[in-house]
Amino acid sequence: MPTETTKSIFWQGVRDGVPFILVVVPFALLFGVVATEAGLQVYETLTFSVLVVAGAAQFTALQLLQEGAPTIIVVISALAVNLRLAMYSAALTPHLGAASLKQRGLVAYFTIDQSYACSVHKFEENPHWGLHQKLTYFFGTVTPVCPFWYGFTLIGALVGSAIPDGLALDFAVPVTFLALISPMLRTPAHRAAAMASVLTSLIFAFLPYSLGLLLAGVAGMITGAQVELMHTRRAEPTLEAAE
Amino acid sequence: MIDKTTLWTVIILLGIGSFGLRFAFIGLIGDRTLPEWLLRHLRYTAVAILPGLVAPLVIWPEATGGVIDAPRLIAAVLTVITGFVTRSVSAAIAVGAASLLSALYLLG
Repeated sequence: MPTETTKSIFWQGVRDGVPFILVVVPFALLFGVVATEAGLQVYETLTFSVLVVAGAAQFTALQLLQEGAPTIIVVISALAVNLRLAMYSAALTPHLGAASLKQRGLVAYFTIDQSYACSVHKFEENPHWGLHQKLTYFFGTVTPVCPFWYGFTLIGALVGSAIPDGLALDFAVPVTFLALISPMLRTPAHRAAAMASVLTSLIFAFLPYSLGLLLAGVAGMITGAQVELMHTRRAEPTLEAAE
Repeated sequence: MIDKTTLWTVIILLGIGSFGLRFAFIGLIGDRTLPEWLLRHLRYTAVAILPGLVAPLVIWPEATGGVIDAPRLIAAVLTVITGFVTRSVSAAIAVGAASLLSALYLLG
């Protein structure tokens, strides 16, 4: 392997981040369009994307706001969708925890699905990398992703009002959510969690203040954890044999 | 129309909260590990919330006044199948949008 300069490590990060542009662009555009259709101003939509930087949570909040859910329910539900970010933060800590407070603040802001996925994978492949190299790679991965997130939110917000009716935009949000969820249904535990969430949400749809969604979240998490536990217990003998 | 005070309250609280979640470990907790039972529940947060949010939207679409609607249901099913099989969010969105528009054109 050739000697790795800081510059080459940065570009490795950029290269690994580039494919995600394909995911981020339509998602950001759609958020801009849907937010505009919901009555948000361009600067409100852009602020949303710049401050939150998490598509699924932004769509969740927007949907619940449109349904007239109470502020506290909107915030709790959207943050629940974002709880995975705390897991990413935990996973990055052994690698980047020694950075300065300012750097850790920046890392935290840029902790997104893509930077987490690329970095954790790469750091494990390159255990000889020092803190500086790891930080360089991490910031490389977000360089092609985040500007596209902001930029295409803005473009979506600007063109949003020009989109003709009859395109069934009401269903853009459900389709986006389904597209996000379905690749996550990798294990029986994930599928069981999703199923429990759907059933609970439909059964308790009559509850006011979107409380049914909170119940669905709790039911889904407990179901997922329990099914995982059942499978690990059953799989344990084989796991030990494999090790 | 969304109330402006509510909107800005949500944007700001969500911004602070999301940063808080991202900063929680790397900024404050350091190398201490979380109990396994907590991690086990955290793993399922996204699949626990998002399906519950989307299910009523699919079954009782707003655009039809809450009446179940064949084109939207077909699009939903095809989106899920595509995402599940290809593991690609973009492919699922593309198939979902295309099937929704064609189903609306053909059946609508």
